[in-house]
Amino acid sequence: MNQTRRQRHWIAFSTLVTREIRRFFRIWPQTILPPAITMTLYFIIFGNLIGSRIGEMGGFSYMEYIVPGIIMMAVINNAYSNVASSFFSAKFQNHIEELIVAPIPNYLILAGYVAGGTARGLCVGVIVTLVSLFFTHLPIEHIAITISMVILSAILFALGGFINAIYARSFDEISLVPTFILTPLTYLGGVFYSISLLPEFWQNVSLLNPILYMVNAFRFGMLGVSDIPVVAAFSIILLFIVLLTSFALYLLNKGTGLRN
Amino acid sequence: MKALSINNLSKTYGNGFKALEQISLDVEQGDFFALLGPNGAGKSTTIGVVTSLITKTSGTVNVFDTDLDENAELAKSYIGLVPQEFNFNGFEQVKHILITQAGYYGMPASDAEPRANELLKQLGLWEKRHTPSRALSGGMKRRLMIARALVHKPKLLILDEPTAGVDIELRRSMWTFLRRINKEGTTIILTTHYLEEAENLCRNIAIIDKGEIVENTDMKSLLNRLDKETFVLDLKYPLLQTIELYGLDYHHVDDTTIEVELSRGDSLNSIFELLSKHGVEVVSMKNKVNRLEELFLNLVETTEQAS
Ligand SMILES: Nc1ncnc2c1ncn2[C@@H]1O[C@H](COP(=O)(O)OP(=O)(O)O)[C@@H](O)[C@H]1O
Ligand SMILES: [Mg+2]
Repeated sequence: MNQTRRQRHWIAFSTLVTREIRRFFRIWPQTILPPAITMTLYFIIFGNLIGSRIGEMGGFSYMEYIVPGIIMMAVINNAYSNVASSFFSAKFQNHIEELIVAPIPNYLILAGYVAGGTARGLCVGVIVTLVSLFFTHLPIEHIAITISMVILSAILFALGGFINAIYARSFDEISLVPTFILTPLTYLGGVFYSISLLPEFWQNVSLLNPILYMVNAFRFGMLGVSDIPVVAAFSIILLFIVLLTSFALYLLNKGTGLRN
Repeated sequence: MKALSINNLSKTYGNGFKALEQISLDVEQGDFFALLGPNGAGKSTTIGVVTSLITKTSGTVNVFDTDLDENAELAKSYIGLVPQEFNFNGFEQVKHILITQAGYYGMPASDAEPRANELLKQLGLWEKRHTPSRALSGGMKRRLMIARALVHKPKLLILDEPTAGVDIELRRSMWTFLRRINKEGTTIILTTHYLEEAENLCRNIAIIDKGEIVENTDMKSLLNRLDKETFVLDLKYPLLQTIELYGLDYHHVDDTTIEVELSRGDSLNSIFELLSKHGVEVVSMKNKVNRLEELFLNLVETTEQAS
């Protein structure tokens, strides 16, 4: 074992990421299949059945308009719940002790889990994208914006899932945030409509919702239309990533929920 | 060199309970060391602090001269831990658990694979290598914990009650295995509440009770000391001169009280004979049980109950 510290760290990190990816593939009927089915239903019901009556939105068919938002919704939900359930169950089964005892710095533990959650988010995102191609044609106007926005959003929500799992003391507590915060914010985050349809007051309220920025920036990458300036979206998401990373590291270093 | 050096270590839990009070302990490289104590003595707390699972309140821990506070990564890399409770990912396969563990310690896959196979064979888990860990029997889980602790070739192996709840046959085979890897150079620290286990395996021993080290010595002297019994004799008249009790150890507590030490099983008649020869009259006698003996008696009882 004469590798340098950097090599050892790299091996530890990639081991952790491999373990995380192996985990969600092993339980694919719980992790990959359900979002694929749900999102397909969204395409059929909202896009096809109802969408044909709605007509255009933002200059696109309703189906085209909602596809980016639905992909984004799948990505952030899955990134979040992957880390939340994996990290919580590591605490619950105590195998988190393997990582605490091992010579791995905390930032790598965090990075490993976040990378695993991001991988699941993107994996589901790709599947939903492929499904959407059965229903509509997908132009991609700005490939770099599309890809960087989806990756950054996945990272941000993976971080959120990590913090949730640190505080959680039961499995119920890791579904609380997705049910009562994430889902409502996503639905109100412009997945299904342009906020220009709302009265001015609600437009302004919507601007407080961070998910609105991600959905719109992602839609801008694909379709070239957005309710908000894309630069604002990147700034906000980067700011949140920095904040949540610092907070997660602070909690890890303190050993909150992990060490006596 | 010292494999482990603990200095004035204290731990107060969040609820205010003082689990360790200023304990100090040294374990030499190559030693086979027992930390013996009844349930609740503070053994797991000590191990927890040494392995970073528990945050200490004060004191220092050095592993092979590396301070855990100053260079945790290096100190951690020396240690392999077999915890008291199973802590596997129950859904992961046996072999994946070992390879993943090796990876955490920075071992490249090309080394981890043969190392995992070697340990799986040595510990009789080869047939089960593709089984999820939760489907193993209790004894197999114990062995898997040992394999996992050894996969990165630690210099110091720490086992927290490795044979609790293990049947006699498996216990013996674990002892043989541990003796062998100790002979091959791994320093071993083991906690137990079976005196028999410590006696069988270990060269040096510390006894811990209520968060304090009550004894820290080599196994032989401990057994010699435990082999002695002390009696307190109250005398009718003050004994002012020194008398010859033919090799029996005695000392004065005060003028009319002496303490005599006897090997366990020796006849008491001889003392009385000698004393009456010197004209010393004994009014009463009681058996003095010190804390160590008391502990020892408890430990022997639990051992007997368990087997
Ligand atoms: N998390 C905790 N909070 C409060 N007290 C604890 C905690 N963990 C252990 N203790 C107490 O500390 C004492 C020592 O425990 P432990 O180190 O597990 O003993 P041993 O391993 O020797 O059986 C016990 O009295 C136990 O109840
Ligand atoms: Mg214990």
